[in-house]
Amino acid sequence: MAKVVAVTGNEAVAYALKQVNPDVSAAYPITPATDIMQRFTSYVSNGQVKTEMVLAESEHSAMSGCIGASAAGGRVMTATSSQGMALMWEELFIASGSRLPIVMALVNRALSAPLNIHGDHSDGMGARDCGWIQLWSENAQEAYDNTIQAFRIAEHMDIRLPAMVCLDGFIISHSIERMEYIDDDAVKNFVGEFKALNPLLDIEHPVSYGPLILTDYYMEYRKAHAEVMSKVSKVVLDAAKEFEKISGRKYGLFETYRLDDAEIGLVILNSAAGTSKDVIDSFREKGIKAGLLKPRLFRPFPYEEIGNALKNLKAVCVLDRADAFGGSYGPLFIDIAASLYPHKNGPVLMNKIYGLGGRDYLPGHAELVLNELVDIAKTGKVKMIKEYIGVRE
Amino acid sequence: MATPLTLKELSKKEVLLTSGHRMCSGCGAPIIVKMVLLASEYPIVAANATGCLEVSTCISDYTAWKIPWIHNAFENAAATLSGVETMYRSLKKQGKIDKDIKFIAFGGDGGTYDIGFQSLSGAMERGHDMLYICYDNGAYMNTGIQRSSATPYGADTTTCPAGSVIQGKPQPRKNLTKIMAAHDIPYVAQASPSNWSDLVKKVKKALEIKGPKFMNILSPCNRGWRSRTDDAIMLSRLGVETCYWPLYEIENGVTKVTFKPKEKKPLVDFLKPQGRFKHLFAPENENMLKNFQEMVDKEWGSLLKASGTE
Amino acid sequence: MKLKGWKDVNPGAVCTEAGSALKFKTGSWRAYRPKWVEENCIQCLFCWAYCPDMAVFVKDGKMTGFNYDYCKGCGICALECPGKKGNKAIVMEEEGK
Ligand code: SF4
Ligand code: SF4
Repeated sequence: MAKVVAVTGNEAVAYALKQVNPDVSAAYPITPATDIMQRFTSYVSNGQVKTEMVLAESEHSAMSGCIGASAAGGRVMTATSSQGMALMWEELFIASGSRLPIVMALVNRALSAPLNIHGDHSDGMGARDCGWIQLWSENAQEAYDNTIQAFRIAEHMDIRLPAMVCLDGFIISHSIERMEYIDDDAVKNFVGEFKALNPLLDIEHPVSYGPLILTDYYMEYRKAHAEVMSKVSKVVLDAAKEFEKISGRKYGLFETYRLDDAEIGLVILNSAAGTSKDVIDSFREKGIKAGLLKPRLFRPFPYEEIGNALKNLKAVCVLDRADAFGGSYGPLFIDIAASLYPHKNGPVLMNKIYGLGGRDYLPGHAELVLNELVDIAKTGKVKMIKEYIGVRE
Repeated sequence: MATPLTLKELSKKEVLLTSGHRMCSGCGAPIIVKMVLLASEYPIVAANATGCLEVSTCISDYTAWKIPWIHNAFENAAATLSGVETMYRSLKKQGKIDKDIKFIAFGGDGGTYDIGFQSLSGAMERGHDMLYICYDNGAYMNTGIQRSSATPYGADTTTCPAGSVIQGKPQPRKNLTKIMAAHDIPYVAQASPSNWSDLVKKVKKALEIKGPKFMNILSPCNRGWRSRTDDAIMLSRLGVETCYWPLYEIENGVTKVTFKPKEKKPLVDFLKPQGRFKHLFAPENENMLKNFQEMVDKEWGSLLKASGTE
Repeated sequence: MKLKGWKDVNPGAVCTEAGSALKFKTGSWRAYRPKWVEENCIQCLFCWAYCPDMAVFVKDGKMTGFNYDYCKGCGICALECPGKKGNKAIVMEEEGK
């Protein structure tokens, strides 16, 4: 039986990890992810999990330890944020290139400088092309559900890729929310026994990890990686179907909210989607056909499906909680625009950068954006394609 | 009774690093790895820092390793092996593995003294059951002989070239062996491939001790040392006999010099055959030679004192 | 050797054939070749112990020659060979002479 609880996002993720009960975790504290590992290590200290910890001396070593442990042949997880993920950078590529199914909670936080501990997506977006799977979560429930599903997706024999589960720092990680825990046994059965692939600890079959690959083969390995990425969507959907059976909750590659007949729409990730949905409701009450799309699987990006979901709208605003400095637009916008590229008569697009460094995203912001979309839908004209909102002049 | 430690006995064992690796002709590192692997009575899982040994022993589909082996990156052999060893403990505790496996990390001086130092220090402090072996050739040889903190005083490298103003590396070598001993780990040792039996004994001893162990092994590199392809063993022997590279161990805090040359040779005997020290023999650099000899004497003296064999 | 296509490469570039480097012959690197002079050999096995390329054959604890498929001709074995009464049991000869 599911259990209703009131917990923070971090608490929910830590509890999911407890239920999954990995063999090894290597981690290093960083705000706001620290709390996940603090809670988890108390499970370790109290014998509630079988996990052996590597309490590393840096995030670089934490991810290095995860890579060693995963290659050794067992289930591995960790958690980090911001600068921690930045320090892991090199290792993120090695984990994915070596096809090691490590699961990591990324509690999204702004990158320094200036130093800031609050939530934005610059860390996760910075790591979007490192070959990991990324699942983004609106609230504690989704963070919990995504964490459990991430193991099954990452460890799937057709996939074998690391996966990160993103949740907003503080806004979700530290706020208490009502949600449901699934039974231990159901989680255990859902993730199943870990199946090792080429484990280092199989001394009867010695393998070498991490060869030097020169011009003769590097590209073949990259192409193989790209191909595997293309299989992830199906596995995510299959896992979601199975997950619904134990949770009653439906997941897809992305969530649509009142989008079917919508003329204007917002595309937005994580916690700010919640705020936006309320505003969408109020616009609907006024008779305005507004809707929302919230990506869940951000890597690999389900561009075909998302393109199809948005192609019939008149105007869409993509809200980015990170900027791609010197690039054309925010990182989410770039992918959305690319998804709509084949649809000649697709919606007019605009891009707002919001909420950096934990700056509040308020209903008023969503209202302003939706009102602007109403105008654009009428005139077909955009004043400014990319703009920061909630910033002082 | 254990089989006596003879080359004859050792030669009956399979060498778990095969021919067909692409280390330079006459390199010291594969000799060290061979001896280390021969010393073990246990199955070994190894980690390797990026460096000469790593790039030359596992290229695409060709691996020279007959043991499970992992290369992750440059600065994290110790952290990577921490993960492997921790997974081993986890699976063993769960009854999924029953064999006794030992864990060895190999890193060059760049990956050990410098960029990998934090990872090494962390792994040692956490107490992982592993032996970390540094094959110290005294520079970043893999990237083309750049100075490292293991580069000896006065040596010419591509980033501290002997010029008209600066005469090679101005600083003395970092004494990593001592720093590792300061971690209060159960076993720290220095060895040289010239003294194969001393080296093998130390590895054997290290593998019997539970917890973190560190060995620093002198590894001649004829490219970087600007010497001949046939002198790796000769030079490592001279390193030992001049006490430039003293052979000793520190077991549970007790220092023991494991080889005391009958007659300590002058340091120049070690320096002279190496082109990287050529400029030190110019008359105006006489002082540097003197300084260098004094550094060596000082370390040797303090080692003798610590081991009570003055 | 025919190079594999992307569909056939191992996931994660893991090498699953231990010791496959044996297929890579390094003997062509050699400029000098060690020659064993059996009558001077005292079977100390230093050549075997110090060869960086595992290119010295030993059978039942006895040196029996060189594996020229891999010997890079470094000359360590020759330099370290004590031989008999000052006569080396290994001499280096220029390749192709
Ligand atoms: S010449 Fe070098 S590579 Fe050849 S057998 Fe002698 S030591 Fe080995
Ligand atoms: S080193 Fe010389 S004497 Fe010793 S076994 Fe080899 S060939 Fe014989």
